[in-house]
Amino acid sequence: MTVTAIHAPTPAAAPVPAAPIVEVRNISKIYPGGVEALNNISLSFPEGELTSLLGPSGCGKTTLLKIIAGLLQPTAGEVLVRGRRVTAPGPERSFVFQDFALMPWATVIRNAAFGLELRGVARSEREAVAEKYIASVGLKGFERKYPHELSGGMRQRVGLARALAVNADIVMMDEPFSAVDEQTRRQFQEDLLRLVATERKTFLFVTHSIEEAVYVSNRIVLLSRRPSRVSEIIDVDLPRESDPEQIRRHPTYLDAVEGIWQTLKHYLD
Amino acid sequence: MALIAEGVRPAAARPAGPGSGRSLRDGLQHPLTLRFLSFAIALAAWEYAGRLPISPSFPAFSETFAALVGMILDGSLLAAFAVTLTPLAIGITLSALIGVGLGVLMGLSEKAEWFGVPVFIVMQAAPLAALVPLLVLAYGIGNLTKVFVVCIMAMPVIVLNSFKAVRHTPSSLVEMSTSFGATSAQRIGKIILPSATPVIFAGLRLGTAAGFVGAVLAELLVTPTGIGDIITYNQSTADYPKMYAAIAAVIVVSVLFIEFLGWVEQRFLRPEKRASK
Repeated sequence: MTVTAIHAPTPAAAPVPAAPIVEVRNISKIYPGGVEALNNISLSFPEGELTSLLGPSGCGKTTLLKIIAGLLQPTAGEVLVRGRRVTAPGPERSFVFQDFALMPWATVIRNAAFGLELRGVARSEREAVAEKYIASVGLKGFERKYPHELSGGMRQRVGLARALAVNADIVMMDEPFSAVDEQTRRQFQEDLLRLVATERKTFLFVTHSIEEAVYVSNRIVLLSRRPSRVSEIIDVDLPRESDPEQIRRHPTYLDAVEGIWQTLKHYLD
Repeated sequence: MALIAEGVRPAAARPAGPGSGRSLRDGLQHPLTLRFLSFAIALAAWEYAGRLPISPSFPAFSETFAALVGMILDGSLLAAFAVTLTPLAIGITLSALIGVGLGVLMGLSEKAEWFGVPVFIVMQAAPLAALVPLLVLAYGIGNLTKVFVVCIMAMPVIVLNSFKAVRHTPSSLVEMSTSFGATSAQRIGKIILPSATPVIFAGLRLGTAAGFVGAVLAELLVTPTGIGDIITYNQSTADYPKMYAAIAAVIVVSVLFIEFLGWVEQRFLRPEKRASK
């Protein structure tokens, strides 16, 4: 496992390394039928950062994320959240689904408040919280609409509002932008960066897009082809305060994209 | 924390309605117009066939309609329906309650599925007319046998639809509810049942239609009472318009009740369907 750090040409004062909020220890996953998805993976995720899991398609990134979420059980190994072992979903973790997973029979506000509804929060209270997050993802005015009245990008914003409304410390996103078009995707990535800056949460992000991973992440975990192992961990140190166009032309951004491509290329044949 | 996205704004006011040039075409293509046309063509064909006549025992629509009005006015049709509807209402209510209950249970539990599904598949395939004499031997010629016939007709399709509806709950919604910490009761009540509602109601509509057939069949095969009595009596006296009027009346009531079920579903259980109109 090589660790490469790519720094911006003008590095700021070295930040204090954040404590890991999630630790994955020796996780292996063999699906019934013998498909080995993950092979002895150990990782730690620093608090308050956005870490991406990136790798060739079918490499088990989503499997790893769902194991951390408690939605899948590993064949071996354990997941620790703040040092405590977890085997099931918990209130400190929330999930954004690739296919949105919105209830078609429920309005935007009920979908966004659903996590709180399951916890038994009173209607007026949970709707007030949901309203706030619906506004923060840019859907103000759509509270009483139904999912089928929204575009794909807007539906995923509801999924994001739902994950934020339960106020979990860790937000996990499984290829959240893969089902939306390119323009919406870019808009979404910028919104996500603002959320990371304002929400003070830890984000775990699964993507198969190199550009997306470099653009949004503080840290990228590169996974190898199945059965996945950690191939490389890359720290991305981009000047996030600059405007998006400058970031996408920044030498650090371009070098990171190229470097990851060179690594992933080995897994293609 | 204001993340206002470009291009995500409440929908603008809809453009003004269609111009008068298009309104005639739109009117002709309106669902109601097409439904009315479909009825009119079928009834006109009936009238034509009756006037040919293709058979002396096949009355024209106008004669049948006159007989229907006559039976409504002299009260005999209403009295017959009161008799027929008793086993029908009991049978359909039982089939709906037990059928949806069993179907949902079989959808939730594989053991219940293995135990129950074969019974209802056999029931669905059974030749009912051949079984009725057996039911008469066991339960006599009263309403109990008729309720049984209605249930045998209505229940399998209700059970099997409810079962499939529950089984086809999108797995991503179940996973979503798990990730937000749903209990089993919450998962069933807030995800599985709402998601199954459309297919359960499709089963209820099919089951109701089958139940109406069962009720009339029971009256023809067990003892001629109610609508079955009007049909057999008028057949024996060759008063064919009255016989067909009774049959048509059953069909009309059946269709109206099925439409009513659809309305109940949309009105109370499927708010998103109303929003799309």
